[in-house]
This record gives sequence, structure tokens and C-alpha cells, in this order.
Amino acid sequence: MKILVPIKRVVDFNVKVRVKSDGTGVETANVKMSMNPFDEIAVEEAVRLKEAGAATEIVAVSIGPTQAQETLRTALAIGADRAILVETTAETQPLGVAKALRKLAEKEVPGLIILGKQAIDDDSNQTGQMLAALLNWPQATFASKVKIIGQEAEVTREIDGGLETIAVKLPAIVTTDLRLNEPRYVTLPNIMKAKKKTLEVVKPEDLGVDLTPRLKTLKVQEPAKRKAGAQVKSVDELVAKLKNEARVIQ
Amino acid sequence: MTALIIVEHEGGQLKASTLNAVTAAQKLGGPVHLLVAGHEVAALAQSAAKIAGIEKVRVADAPQYAHPLAEDLAALVVALAPDYSHILAPATTFGKNVLPRAAALLDVAQISDIVAVESPDTFVRPIYAGNALATVQSSDRIKVITVRTTGFEAAKSEGGSAAIEPAAALDAGGTSRFVSHELTKSARPELTSARIIVSGGRGMGNGENFKLLEALADKLNAAVGASRAAVDSGFVPNDYQVGQTGKVVAPELYIAVGISGAIQHLAGMKDSKVIVAINKDAEAPIFQIADYGLVADLFQAVPELTSKLG
Repeated sequence: MKILVPIKRVVDFNVKVRVKSDGTGVETANVKMSMNPFDEIAVEEAVRLKEAGAATEIVAVSIGPTQAQETLRTALAIGADRAILVETTAETQPLGVAKALRKLAEKEVPGLIILGKQAIDDDSNQTGQMLAALLNWPQATFASKVKIIGQEAEVTREIDGGLETIAVKLPAIVTTDLRLNEPRYVTLPNIMKAKKKTLEVVKPEDLGVDLTPRLKTLKVQEPAKRKAGAQVKSVDELVAKLKNEARVIQ
Repeated sequence: MTALIIVEHEGGQLKASTLNAVTAAQKLGGPVHLLVAGHEVAALAQSAAKIAGIEKVRVADAPQYAHPLAEDLAALVVALAPDYSHILAPATTFGKNVLPRAAALLDVAQISDIVAVESPDTFVRPIYAGNALATVQSSDRIKVITVRTTGFEAAKSEGGSAAIEPAAALDAGGTSRFVSHELTKSARPELTSARIIVSGGRGMGNGENFKLLEALADKLNAAVGASRAAVDSGFVPNDYQVGQTGKVVAPELYIAVGISGAIQHLAGMKDSKVIVAINKDAEAPIFQIADYGLVADLFQAVPELTSKLG
């Protein structure tokens, strides 16, 4: 079984983003970029399935600028076998990305596609579900455990009230949640090996997809800042403040 | 211009998140309908019809809706979509799972996690873990929207008298099935609707020590939450997680214990009315947003706080 793993290059999770003064977006120039953390979990899960004998090939794909090649190389260093970049400098939104991924899926014919549940830049949490819809495949989102049993994947999902286990017929879409696995550290020999793996670059036009955004961003603002309050010296003072000043407890 | 809200329910009860979505839908200016999809949900439909300001409740009652599977629910939403200008669901794991699938089938974008309605086609949503607020305009014929529950007051659950109308159930192909669930049983209030939350971070040291927070929570009738670091370290299950990738909460009082205050955590709780931080590290970023900060060893301060309350 082949596994397709779509990944996104995003502002590193440790960077505190700044809103541009002209209100058009956030400052991404000279900011550290990394693989979206949930996508790293997706790559790791695919590699583990291959190591366990449930998968034969892992193809990492990304849609984005030339620099996304570096992100794909990271996926190759974790253990993906080859990579495809759909190169574009235009703004991408989940529906357009899902349409491009559908084309790649139709070409590659994977048995499973694993994606991160959400990208930490636009926080949309949509692409996996949309791709599942477009392919008319079942979906198992927010996965914390994935087992391949015959022609099905049994997936435990993180839901608001606890855990839910569902079974989906393959081919299927899985999106990853935090506790699915802990991605391995990339070692130097694997980084060197990754440089020799195939990385194909295609254009959205080659796939015949329209990536035009459907949502227009009118402005981006900073949220209202919360001010730091007072330090209290003791538990007694804290209790007094909560009762008499904030009046949030009796 | 009519809006349809997908009702979230569990164990025969409406989830409070639906009420916040109702308020968001009412800001669009047109009539609001609800979709109740489930199995043997006649009573549930009756209580949905009592929510203030609802015109109609559409009910799809069939075995395939006994558990909220995205394939079945999205197909149902798509079948009803031609009657509506807006389709909404709460931005909970339920809404986030189902609605993007319906949006893609309709060939429209989804606007995730809105916190304000500017006009029927323009909405405000947080991006970058809430460090920026984007105002976005949709040109799609149907606007598919998930609603951040902390962005809108809850609508009144009583006082309405909506018409109830059946909706035809569909067969979506049966490519997925429910196997089991393991719901966290707790006598404490739910995180997303609790008036007070006591939350623990990496500083708790281990899962056993969360008992200190539970004792405090019980005194305050509070819910217990956790930072991603605490979940990552295996102290507590993921459904405790408050933050960018967990639950977003805005209680009256949020007590952060042993939480440093990473951006990802602040994203989930910074709209709380009053924030208390207890941490032994005076430099912890949590103190920059806390209304009341106590620099102390939590293992002494928390039991002391518990004993001095009530």
C-alpha cells in the first residue's frame, strides 16, 4: 500500500508572529519556517506503518513556494521515499489545496492519505475533510491511534468528550492529532540520504486545478492586548482579591 | 436568506455549543433553522424547537445517524443546502469533522472558527493561535461557517416554538462505521461551559499530582483543564487540553497552575474574564496576562488555597 502525506511549510511554532502595520497580514519575511507540527506527526505515522509492514511506499507532497522543497526534504529525512512539490507563490486556501491533492491522489493511487489535522498558520482544520469529500473516501479525523486491519483502518479519534473509535474502508483519509506519535529526530545520515531521493516539481497548471482563493482577506489586526495585573504576596491575599475585587468567588 | 445550524447532541441531550451557534446565526439577519440528525431523536427535536428565535427544526431520524459519522452527515447537509444561504455548526470536534466535508461537496470554502459577524458575507476569525484576527469576505453562494463558541453568548434554550419538519435520511454508502467510544466520565462541569476552570501544566510534575487540582476544582465547582505540555507528558488525557489545538474556553475565572504560558496555551484561554496564575517561576509569560499572579510553590499554594475556600 502506498501512503500519500501532504505537508505544509508554516511559520515555526515558536515564533511569535507580528501583524504588519498596513493590516494586510502577518510578517513572514525573515521568520523561521518549519514543517507544520501536525504534518510531522503524519509523516512519522506513515513511516511507522511502513516499518510495521503495512505500507510499501511513502510519497510526501506539498503545495507552496520553491522553499517548500526544504520542508519536503525534512519529510524525506524522516523516512518518506519520494516527494512532489506543486509550486506556486500564490495564496493557497484549503479548498484549492484539496483540489490539487485530489489530482495527485488520482495519479498516485494511494491506499491511505495522512494529513495534519490543522495548519498552525491559518488554523483552518479543513483540508483533510475536504480532500476526503472530493475523492468520495471516508475520513477519520483527529486520530490518536491508527491500525490497519485487512481492508480497513481502525482509528481512535480525539473528540471533545473523550475518545471515539471508528473503522473506515480503505482507501481513506486520516488526519493526525497530537498524541498519535512523537516524531523522531532527524539524523545527519538520514538528511544526507534525503538529498539523493527524488523530488519532482510540478505547476498547478500541470494538474489542471484552479487554486483561486474563495475568501478575500479584508484586513488583519492585532487582538486586544490583555494587561498584566497585580502580583499577590500570599494565598490569603489571592482569596481576598478574588472575593472582594474580582468577585468571581463567594 | 435563511441559515441552517447543525445541532450537536450527545446521549439525547443538546450540547450547549449549539446555543452559541444560534446567536451567531441570528446576527446574519434572516430566519434560523436547525437540523437535528440522529436516531430516535423526537424528544431532542422537541427541546431544539424551544430554543428562542428558531423558525423551523428539520429532523433526520434514522439508524445511520445514531453516531455522528462525517460521511452520512455531510451528505445530509448537502441535500438540504439548496434552501439555505448559510450553514453553520459549532467549531467543536463535531463541527470541525463534518462541515468541511459538506463545504467541499458544495464546492464552497469554509470559514472556520468565526468570532464575529460583520455582515452576511464578512466574518472575523483568529489565525496564528489567536495572535492575529483576520476579517474575511466570502464570495461563495453558500457560506459554510464554524462558530467559535466563546465568541458568542448562548441563546436562550427556552421560549421558542419552532415548527418541526422531517428531513429525508440518505444512504451515504457506508464506508465508515462506529466501533466504540470511551467518554470521560466526570461529575465536574464540562470544560467549554464551566464558570470556573482550574488548569495544570508541566509544573504539576505527574498525573497523580492533578489530584491537588481536582480537590480545588471540587471546592469551586470548577472543570479541570491542562496545557498541551501536560497532555504531551501523559499527565492527563487529550480532552483536558486547552489551547490552539485543544479547546478554547472563556470562563469567569481561569486558574493556571504550573503553566508557563506558551502562545499555544494562551490561544485557548486568554479571553477568560479573570485569570489567576500560580507558578514558582516569576519570569513565566503567564504572569504577563494574569490578573492575579502568585509566585509560589504550587504544591504548597494549591492545598492552602483549597483549604481557605468555602
